[in-house]
Amino acid sequence: MKLKKKIAVSETGFIFDPTTGDSFSLNPTAAEILNLLKDGKNEKEIKKVIMEGYNVDESTFERSFLDFMAMLRLYNMIEEDEKN
Amino acid sequence: MEKKHFERPIIKKLQTGMPNKFGMKTEYEPISEIDGVSVKDLVANYGSPLYVMSENTIRETYREAHRAFSTRYPKVQFAWSYKTNYMNAICNIFHTEGSWAEVVSGFEYDKAINNGVPPSKILFNGPDKSEKDLEKAIKHGSYIHIDHFDELYTIINLTNKMKERPKVAIRVNMDCGIYPLWSRFGFNYENGEAWEAINRIMLTKKIDFVGLHCHIGTYILAPWAYGIAAAKLADLAVAIEKKFNHYIKYIDMGGGFASKNTLKGAFLPGSDTCPTFDQYADAITTALINSPINHEHLPVLLLESGRSLIDDAGYLVGTVLANKRLPEGKLATIIDIGVNLLFTSFWYDHKVTPAQQFSHHTEDTIIYGPLCMNIDIIRENVQLPPMKKGDNIVISRIGAYNMTQWMQFITLRPNIVLVDSKSKAHVIRGNETPDNIMKNELVPEHLKKFEL
Repeated sequence: MKLKKKIAVSETGFIFDPTTGDSFSLNPTAAEILNLLKDGKNEKEIKKVIMEGYNVDESTFERSFLDFMAMLRLYNMIEEDEKN
Repeated sequence: MEKKHFERPIIKKLQTGMPNKFGMKTEYEPISEIDGVSVKDLVANYGSPLYVMSENTIRETYREAHRAFSTRYPKVQFAWSYKTNYMNAICNIFHTEGSWAEVVSGFEYDKAINNGVPPSKILFNGPDKSEKDLEKAIKHGSYIHIDHFDELYTIINLTNKMKERPKVAIRVNMDCGIYPLWSRFGFNYENGEAWEAINRIMLTKKIDFVGLHCHIGTYILAPWAYGIAAAKLADLAVAIEKKFNHYIKYIDMGGGFASKNTLKGAFLPGSDTCPTFDQYADAITTALINSPINHEHLPVLLLESGRSLIDDAGYLVGTVLANKRLPEGKLATIIDIGVNLLFTSFWYDHKVTPAQQFSHHTEDTIIYGPLCMNIDIIRENVQLPPMKKGDNIVISRIGAYNMTQWMQFITLRPNIVLVDSKSKAHVIRGNETPDNIMKNELVPEHLKKFEL
């Protein structure tokens, strides 16, 4: 589960996908998660960072994270691990 | 270090060029209180969903409407349209402001009497008045607005056995240059039916013919249509004076003024397109004053506005039950308010506002109610900030019809609260209990026992 290499992410929350020409906006939480994904962090590591920095419980984070990942898949931004 | 507020992560595709069906973001500030009472406190004390009515808004709106007409015409009288919202406390706010009662059924008539409205200040409209209802209205001296010839002949028959003289007006339908043409209420003007009804009433000599009534439609965005209607009723009044040397007491323009809600399919929001009371008042009073009616005998101008006087005063507070992602990527937010509690969601794109702080980020959202029915959709396409389970939302401008046309369906109807001018909340209709619903049910003996 990695962000596709060609996807460009700005720190302020804009995404550009050069393969489709589409651009997207993110809210601050999404921008932080996406930058962690870009740095190659896995779900466990992302959860740790977010739960340390934000006022959120584990189940709320997990539900939100799953939903967000589903949207990234919908927009074809994720490369799944081969073993998956 | 204090932890940051967590907002659900959202990603939104940016689209340039054509606007999409979700439109623009509409909510910028949360509605965290209603007339000085916190929404969270209201939910904690009275539950969710919860209807909240603002006494201040009702009084301010009524006074604005009354001022618009009374500054243009010497004799103005409002009559509160019971069917729009007949909670007794709500009716009594209008009565304390000076409004008479306008009722359309025996049930509403009794409600007005129980509220303390003098029978001589009740207008009895509607196509369904039983002989018993008519007898009661005649005996008490209420104004009966006749809808059809069958009703007229029922009244004529009653005059043979009653000593009281009925006070009647006729309901007149007509072409006012707008679509749709409401022809179902009363007698038609253009084909002479209304004039025929007037002649029959006047020639009986047993009935007091006191007024002319019309109800040209609902949510009328063209004030000039009322001008045409008023001019046609004035022509009838003048014809009655000429032929019978009789002056009618009042001209009743009915209701139908638009509220600031946005109709489904409308391009611009209702708050931008809805005419003001001044525009309606100007059209009606100008037509009456410029008509050939003898200025010494100007009839009282009666108004039966409902929706435009009460819609803004009502809020429906609810809670987010769940968020789910639909296969096409659209966010579905499920709230505890269904279409059974918000009947007007079939006509309006209601304004839905979170009750807690939110960021400027929004998502394309569909809002579903809690009913297990596919039609249970509160808003089909709306831009809303991310909300989570347990967050509260406030739906605005719901004061008209929702508390009279609501349906008890799969669950119970909630509390209705009135917030008074001192920011004190009063329950004006308690929430239903299972007993309320089941006490009228009967199970035949052979169906009482079974084995599974």
